[in-house]
Amino acid sequence: MSQHFLDQFLFVALPYVCLFTFLLVTVARYRMQSYSYSSLSSQFLENEHHFWAVVPFHYGILVVTAGHLIAFLIPRTILAWNSHPLRLYVLEVSALAFGLLTLVGLVGVIVRRFSNTKIRTVTTFTDWLLFAMLLLQTISGISVALFHPWGSAWFASNLSPYLWSIFKLGPDVTYVAAMPHMVKFHIVLAFLTIGFFPFTRLVHVLVIPNPFLWRKPQVVRWYRKR
Amino acid sequence: MDVRSQVSMVFHLDKCIGCHTCSVACKNIWTDRKGADYMWWNNVETKPGTGYPTKWEDQSKYNGGWHSNGNGRLRIKSIGKARIVPNIFHNPHMPSMDDYYEPWTYDYQNLFNAPEGSDQPTAEPISMIDGKKIDVQSGPNWDDDLGGSPLYAANDPNLEGLTEQQKLQLSSVERLVFFYLPRICNHCLNPCCVASCPSGALYKRGEDGIVLVDQKKCRAWRSCVSACPYKKVYFNWFTGKSEKCILCYPRLETGQAPACFHSCVGRIRYLGVLLYDADRIEDVAKLPDDELVEGHRSMILDPHDPEVIANAKKCGISDGVIEAAQNSPVYRFVMEWKIALPPHIEYRTLPMLFYVPPMSPVQASKEDDVIHHSSDNLFHDIDSSRVPMQFLANLFGAGHEGVVRYALAKQKAVRWHRRAETVGDIDRETADRMLREADCTREEAEEIYKLTALCTYEDRFVIPPMHREQAIEMMKEPHEHREETGFGFVGGPQRGM
Repeated sequence: MSQHFLDQFLFVALPYVCLFTFLLVTVARYRMQSYSYSSLSSQFLENEHHFWAVVPFHYGILVVTAGHLIAFLIPRTILAWNSHPLRLYVLEVSALAFGLLTLVGLVGVIVRRFSNTKIRTVTTFTDWLLFAMLLLQTISGISVALFHPWGSAWFASNLSPYLWSIFKLGPDVTYVAAMPHMVKFHIVLAFLTIGFFPFTRLVHVLVIPNPFLWRKPQVVRWYRKR
Repeated sequence: MDVRSQVSMVFHLDKCIGCHTCSVACKNIWTDRKGADYMWWNNVETKPGTGYPTKWEDQSKYNGGWHSNGNGRLRIKSIGKARIVPNIFHNPHMPSMDDYYEPWTYDYQNLFNAPEGSDQPTAEPISMIDGKKIDVQSGPNWDDDLGGSPLYAANDPNLEGLTEQQKLQLSSVERLVFFYLPRICNHCLNPCCVASCPSGALYKRGEDGIVLVDQKKCRAWRSCVSACPYKKVYFNWFTGKSEKCILCYPRLETGQAPACFHSCVGRIRYLGVLLYDADRIEDVAKLPDDELVEGHRSMILDPHDPEVIANAKKCGISDGVIEAAQNSPVYRFVMEWKIALPPHIEYRTLPMLFYVPPMSPVQASKEDDVIHHSSDNLFHDIDSSRVPMQFLANLFGAGHEGVVRYALAKQKAVRWHRRAETVGDIDRETADRMLREADCTREEAEEIYKLTALCTYEDRFVIPPMHREQAIEMMKEPHEHREETGFGFVGGPQRGM
């Protein structure tokens, strides 16, 4: 029974709390404190190791996150792709490679921030907490990939329906209840990260500047009508 | 014809004494804050010298400005649209704090708190970033007056292309010659910082052309810092936002000259409106190097021309602004007399700050440790000036001497004319011949003399009516917002949330 309640709490209540926190706080922060939306780059203070930490981390985490999103959105296509073993291996190995790239980059980011006193002074408690969460999440993700193969297959068949059930407001925990502990940990931490997201520097992900690619080069603002 | 008005500037280098009053005025008003401590929106450089940040003119290092490949395409040298996607995480051309300096203060508390000992306590320099003791390697105006060393001068990128003869000219009288170059944001017509901002946070104000960073839209992508060839956009390391010279727009809107202009001891600064044709910006920015200065001038419109006035009114420019343009001292220096030139126009941002190049006549020479005075040859040959023509041409003529020679010859003629008028040791005919050769008349020479030497506050600063401040007062009660960070801000600027 207690296991049932724990599952209900971790995989129904917590996701909703985190998702609503994410939605409400990002919007409120953008409307009331748009000044605080910044990537808070530290390249100016330290430019030697910046490239080797920040670039692998970003490329790694972007590809891995996109992979999760694709498996969530089009699970059947993924399953069809995986029907041939060779294609399954290709997918799994590349996912693991980008996971490791994320880990290398993230460790680089943390070491760089900790060892350089100038950047350490502009690193807040929230930043450190966020780094700890991301580090645990990356490590747990890599362990899942290593010890519970073939994640691309069972994510599409079992986790994708669970996530859809959350978004369709009819949460069904039967899919996740049977998952190994490491996978459960990864899911819970993912929701916690989403809930923590709007309070951190991560909000810069939401303001990636798409219009730049097709706007006119020069920006002129008029205060009178023209 | 898309007529727009631009608040433009002239710095008369022949009058600059390098006192840094402008820098201090600016620093006290705008950048005396955490994160902005290293910024010098206004700075004064010794030339020849490396400037601030170090060697900012060396675009092979910084990749600032625009590149024109000759077949009608203009692209940002650092990171334009196509290259932003892979480079947004790490900007490859971004200067770091090492190219500026690490701001520091002194450990004054130690003077009071040090335990009793056999020596006097000292206040050691401590970093303003992490509070640790630092060994100061560089600082504001570190190479001021060349710091007693020829090293800074030798590394000046403008020395490229000078002959050995011209390099010798620089130190023909015992020590190296130098002059001062005060710099603020040029509020360009084709600003590279604006064009490079992925967020669209930088913008040019339509009414007066002032270039600003919207602090609420800046997301610290850092493109502007790399793109600006003059390195006049600075990154606030604490708030994670870019900042730059705002031409003291709150002062301009209330009819006052910007702080650096107002405080200038040598009265070298002039401010006024120029009307220009915005339709031609792109075409002019693409011109070959040797046509850039003339092309830039050809965009600037004559505010007395009835057709221009009619078009300006059609474009919504008010009578007050047109009148200010007609009285603009900048128009006279740049367009009528053609003695003020844009700095490094080969960067193709079309700067709207113009410099009158400095005279550096040889009044003495040294042979076998004996100084010979040559006052009878006063201001005679501008080619043997102590600052070589090619050096000034690299700074103000995109490497081409013509426009610089014209400006110096006219200034020289004005001096001969005034010498004939006041001292009388030069005969009138020689002075008139000088004027003719320099494409100048007696009347024009008098005008140049008056606006250079006898100018009042009202002559130097013709500030157009800008009604913004009144407009906001109609909607908001300023007294209710006293001691706040500004209209519309909930909290003070800080790092993150």
